[in-house]
Amino acid sequence: MTDASKSAKGDLKLSSLVKTYGEFVAVDDLSLLIPEGSFFALLGHSGCGKTTTLRMIAGLDEPTSGSIHIGNTDITYQKPYDRPVNTVFQNYALFPHLTIFENIAFGLRRRGIKDVKEQVDKVLNLVELPHLAQRKPTQLSGGQQQRIALARAIVNRPALLLLDEPLGALDLKLRRQMQIELKWIQTEVGLTFVHVTHDQEEAMTMADTIAVMNEGKIEQMGSPADLYDSPRTAFVANFLGQSNLIKGRVVDSDGDANVVEIHGQKVKVLKNRSVAKDSSILFGIRPEKIRIQPGAHQLSGCVLEGGVISDVSYIGVSTQYQVEMPWGQELMVFEQNDDGIPPLAKGDPVKLSWETIFSFGLDGSEDASAGSEVNPDED
Amino acid sequence: MALATNRKKKLWPYILLAPGMVWLVIFFIAPIVKLVSTSTQTQGVNIGEYVQSYRFANFIDAFTGAAPQFFRSFLYAGLATAFALMISYPLAYAIAFKSGKWKNTLLVLVVAPFFTSFLLRTIAWEQILGEQGLVLKTLRFLHILGPTGHLTATPFAVVAGLTYNFLPFMTLPLYASLERIDPRTLEASGDLYASGFTTFRKVTFPLSLPGVVAGTLLTFIPAAGDYVNAELLGNPQTKMIGNVIAARYLQIVDYPGAAALSFILMATILILVLVYIRKMGTDEVV
Repeated sequence: MTDASKSAKGDLKLSSLVKTYGEFVAVDDLSLLIPEGSFFALLGHSGCGKTTTLRMIAGLDEPTSGSIHIGNTDITYQKPYDRPVNTVFQNYALFPHLTIFENIAFGLRRRGIKDVKEQVDKVLNLVELPHLAQRKPTQLSGGQQQRIALARAIVNRPALLLLDEPLGALDLKLRRQMQIELKWIQTEVGLTFVHVTHDQEEAMTMADTIAVMNEGKIEQMGSPADLYDSPRTAFVANFLGQSNLIKGRVVDSDGDANVVEIHGQKVKVLKNRSVAKDSSILFGIRPEKIRIQPGAHQLSGCVLEGGVISDVSYIGVSTQYQVEMPWGQELMVFEQNDDGIPPLAKGDPVKLSWETIFSFGLDGSEDASAGSEVNPDED
Repeated sequence: MALATNRKKKLWPYILLAPGMVWLVIFFIAPIVKLVSTSTQTQGVNIGEYVQSYRFANFIDAFTGAAPQFFRSFLYAGLATAFALMISYPLAYAIAFKSGKWKNTLLVLVVAPFFTSFLLRTIAWEQILGEQGLVLKTLRFLHILGPTGHLTATPFAVVAGLTYNFLPFMTLPLYASLERIDPRTLEASGDLYASGFTTFRKVTFPLSLPGVVAGTLLTFIPAAGDYVNAELLGNPQTKMIGNVIAARYLQIVDYPGAAALSFILMATILILVLVYIRKMGTDEVV
């Protein structure tokens, strides 16, 4: 092991990374730059290649081709124990035969550090479990084990901390709490966190930057707000939150907006919010941006007429409507319950409207349902 | 009504326990009681007739008469256990972590010797190590053994036979405990700066200790009491305590002596095992 590689610092750079298993391409020509000190999330369904990417960064899998750098140090073919990288494993992988103290001290001792007590106590305090130092892992709850796994990794102060679905085994309430804590700890210790998850809410809560992965490739990368407000593919539009995607044609230009014809009605999308390559366009609008009004009202912005409410779900903070449009497609509308007016009823004729700045345009050749199918083995 | 069903429910565990308890009483407790009572009897009027006289000196007589065989038994059993561990650990490790689709085949091969009788397999070893066997010819050809050197009727043959015969009892518990190790803990060890060898020393081996303890016990205990290997593969100077007990019982017809020796053997093994388990600090054996 070389000291130079262990002290490597800087941005993580993945260049044209490829991993194949026989015919199956798990990671397909992936290039990424993760700035030092950031909280980065790789988000995608199971099997999208995100865990394989993480394992290649950790050194547990070897890339078929491509390279991995931390700063200027090439770590592509380094042994895992030579890398300045630590991992928080999905099921924690704590050493069952060692006490919590020895679990955390493991990495320090392997690097020949004699006096580990101070450092171990410090991280135990950071994760607020100093009283458990002498217990064995099996005597801890899931949430406690999760924190110890985190402590065991960050005590080494790696250049890079990898988190593989770290909250997947916790129940919802604990997960929410841990999300906030993880984010806080990351700010506190200032390490680069690379977090792999299939939970879009988790990624959006914690990460500065999210890369949405699909079939071994990155679909889109950006801040959570970026990805949500301006998705560039149908997969991202459907995977992060929900979207109404409607096939249309660009028929005209009006200043900085394109006029889109949808089954005889005209709506607008800002030119800088559309990635359609030609006149064929997938017109998108988020459900909560839509206003829903009974037939007679005069409306501003974009308007679609002729809807009929086919389903109403009242869920407290909002009411969710399914609206059947004249061309047979059902659109989703989320309406805040903040106006004191009782919800509309099933069968009511309605008009839908929204401010033009909210609509976005995707390439017309895309599958409008990409990324929206629910994966049965995930929550 | 409710009370009746309640009582029935309380009875169920005992009903389920009954067959096992009856079995234990008839085939374990009763023979032990008989053994202990025989061990203090003395010669009656006729040959083979013994009367209870609570002669505890039987134990001292029996032990002083067979002390060399006693120590030899524990020495041979200890050697066989050590060799079995050295052979089985890499084997079990390979089956658990490296065998891929061959895992089940290899496990069947480990168990395969049990398809023939223990006695036959030991007799087969006589052939393997004997005058016509390939092993002896090879060793003579390489001048490791002289032209009159032999392998059968030696301590080597007895220990080799013991090692071979009890090998599966070592391999299977080792395999079971290695197989239970979550491979992610090994990855975690590598991730935390431990090289392959350090990972083995600090994680794999400590986690396989229950298997090591179970395997060594399952090998050592029957090997210490074995007499077949010494009988078939040894000579008069390699007799083990099992041979002495068998001879006293079947040939000399000294029942109290045989019983006293059996009792001493059982007690010694029990004490050794308890000390061993204490020392290894594990209570999850088998």
